[in-house]
Amino acid sequence: MSALRILVPIKRVIDYAVKPRVNKAQTGVETAGVKHSMNPFDELSVEESVRIREKSRAPGGVEDICVLSAGPPKAQDVLRTAMAMGADRAIHVDVKEGQDLEPLAVAKLLKAATEQQKSNLVILGKQSIDDDANQTGQMLAGLLGWPQATQASKVEFGEGDAVSVTREVDGGVETVRAKLPMIITTDLRLNEPRYASLPNIMKAKKKPLEKKTLADFGISAEKRLKVLKVTEPPARQGGGKVEDVDGLISKLKELGAI
Amino acid sequence: MPLAPNPELRRQVIAIYKQLLYLGRDYPQGYDFFRPRLHRAFMAKANLTDEKAIREGIARADFVRKEIEALYYLKRYRTLRKRYDGA
Repeated sequence: MSALRILVPIKRVIDYAVKPRVNKAQTGVETAGVKHSMNPFDELSVEESVRIREKSRAPGGVEDICVLSAGPPKAQDVLRTAMAMGADRAIHVDVKEGQDLEPLAVAKLLKAATEQQKSNLVILGKQSIDDDANQTGQMLAGLLGWPQATQASKVEFGEGDAVSVTREVDGGVETVRAKLPMIITTDLRLNEPRYASLPNIMKAKKKPLEKKTLADFGISAEKRLKVLKVTEPPARQGGGKVEDVDGLISKLKELGAI
Repeated sequence: MPLAPNPELRRQVIAIYKQLLYLGRDYPQGYDFFRPRLHRAFMAKANLTDEKAIREGIARADFVRKEIEALYYLKRYRTLRKRYDGA
């Protein structure tokens, strides 16, 4: 079996614990001065690739774990975190602040990166918690013509490049099997990501970080989608209490429910 | 302050203190809540001289570190589960 060369694309997003605020111009959410961290689903994919190596789960071994992020210079912080968790090296693709890439552009970028790095396994988070598009992995699989297993909750390696993936689907799980090269996207129950500890972050500073631009991959950041308006969800209306059954019935009648 | 009897233990104590401080930056109640408490906990044991007691203290600090890491993981997992699993 061939040795694994794993590519793990990661994204820097607003921290999950922060409540996003819509900016004044209603064009997006406020990002200035807000705490950012690695997309939680991407942490799962970094953790999974590191575990595949540590537990020697792949018969051919893991040759390389490369993390990639496209974003402003601060995206390097999450790349360092990923390397502290155990990735070997990182590629930072510089994209200007505010010039966000759409899932299709990201997929095209990843296709070029996959070919350049000769990766044979791409593990992505199933979606990012800012756009919630849940498209990039699927688009990348389509562009490369590789098999994909989305929403993975378990990944097992078999004989001769075969990989079995247990997927989370509505009302249960589904197991699919495919041969390398392939795309896997992670779901919440795949593993428990480790905390990038201080000593490991220090060590990660010595790991190589390559800086690239979109042009290096032959990609432009043109937009196909236009954001018309971003607004906060309406505030929840408070409920009322009824005294007894008669009260409930009259209330329901009043609302036209019965 | 008298010189620590064992420089290796002194190094370990400082290292775990730094690690805990670093962890504290993400503490749910805030760094300003975490830091004085951590400092107090370490100062309360600053006068330990017995090597065995110091080692126990370091082991306890390491235990606390693991607990905090687990706390962060669970907090995030539960939040995401609530948001994305609809359960």
